[in-house]
Amino acid sequence: MEKRSARPAREIVVPGDILDDSGAKAGDNTYTVDGKVYAAVLGVKNKNQYGVGVIPLGGRYMPKPGDMVIGMINDIGSSNWMVDIRAPYPAPLHVSEVPWKVEFGDTSRYLNVGNVVLLKVLSVDEGKKIQVTMNDSGLRRLEGGRLVEIPYVKVSRVIGKSGSMIQMIKSMTDCRIFIGENGIIWIDGDEKNAEVAARAIEMIGENAHKGSLTERVKEFIEKELPNAGEVGE
Amino acid sequence: MSGTTDMILVDKDGKRIDGRMPEEHRAVKIEAGVLANADGSAYVEIGKNKVLAAVYGPRECHPRHLQDPTKAIIQCKYNMQTYSVSDRKRPGTDRRSVEISKITAEALEKVVLTELYPRASIDVYIEILQANAGTRCAGLTAASVALADAGIPMRDIIPSIAAGKADGHVLLDLNKEEDNFGQADVPLAIVPSTNEIVLLQMDGNMTRQEFDKAIELAVGGCHDLYKLQKEALLKRYGDGGDSDE
Repeated sequence: MEKRSARPAREIVVPGDILDDSGAKAGDNTYTVDGKVYAAVLGVKNKNQYGVGVIPLGGRYMPKPGDMVIGMINDIGSSNWMVDIRAPYPAPLHVSEVPWKVEFGDTSRYLNVGNVVLLKVLSVDEGKKIQVTMNDSGLRRLEGGRLVEIPYVKVSRVIGKSGSMIQMIKSMTDCRIFIGENGIIWIDGDEKNAEVAARAIEMIGENAHKGSLTERVKEFIEKELPNAGEVGE
Repeated sequence: MSGTTDMILVDKDGKRIDGRMPEEHRAVKIEAGVLANADGSAYVEIGKNKVLAAVYGPRECHPRHLQDPTKAIIQCKYNMQTYSVSDRKRPGTDRRSVEISKITAEALEKVVLTELYPRASIDVYIEILQANAGTRCAGLTAASVALADAGIPMRDIIPSIAAGKADGHVLLDLNKEEDNFGQADVPLAIVPSTNEIVLLQMDGNMTRQEFDKAIELAVGGCHDLYKLQKEALLKRYGDGGDSDE
């Protein structure tokens, strides 16, 4: 965290702001007219060796192949399930992409509407047709626990630098936590601890743009769970 | 443009009935992110106009036959509350609101990068809480701030303002009296970075010279509004202190 805060003050840009007119390469969330790079979304200007881009401050989650996401089954077909992963498009989970041998029409025996699953985005084609898979290590149906939803752009804050934030929450509350790239977070643990973990994560979602977040979250958990902390360390 | 009056809309010093000068717009207040449940929202006050705009999406487009496999569509709904005008407005869609919804959606389509979201729909809802002439401009101004607040990729933010003619003077941002008893009303919306016109209508009569003057005033007014729109968006995130991200 310390290293990052040493960077020059962040600059918030709105759509239409000129990011660069000296021929820098256009990065994410930008567009180019006459060699000038403009911001396309509301966000923070981000200049690095790859070019100049914008890190969005909000918006819808757009799936990328390889993303680990958490979704809820909202429809069942005879050879697939429809999963809501908070993207602008429906995400079908085909029977060939689950770790079970499913007979045609037998889909509801394995996953039902309302079930929560940990998935990986398999592909997104140019027509934005999404495919998701459960055929990978660790992917499974999530039973029990609770879900917390935060804007997907805040996920990196919940994880923290090289996982520092989430490691701290996990060890202090002794909960099992899965973070979906789409902003859905699954928490399982002792009633009181899970409640505190959920509130801590919601707090990160609301205060993501403020500084010294790790200390604040630590203080919050210490206040709520005075005898917790050293359990997992 | 409808009635006649013996009211002096512009006095001999060039002052208008609300004390403004001809090239002056009304007091503007813009706030972004006022609604918790919409993906993006904005509240705009221009003089006595009060407008709320909310944006949802991009999301799956329903009904399906409206989907466009090459780009997202923008669905806009402009609605006046029953209490927005002095006589109770009959609730529901009427010919006027259909027209305004259509022109607003078409103006926004010009700046939103719709091709990034094929088959999706971006829904814009504009509610007029209080009307005092120029609500279509206020609505569009609010809608584009709400779109930016929703994190939707767009080329620019659209400001919109009207110019017109009353008592033989070309005026910026007509109020209700000037609109009702004036000679012309010209709502305009532009893309500030290029000065492209994305909305232009005219009601009433003007000479070519007056029209050019009106456009010039409105373009100037749009650039003023654009600054306020940007400020509103920056304010939403700007005062949170330094991030350590």
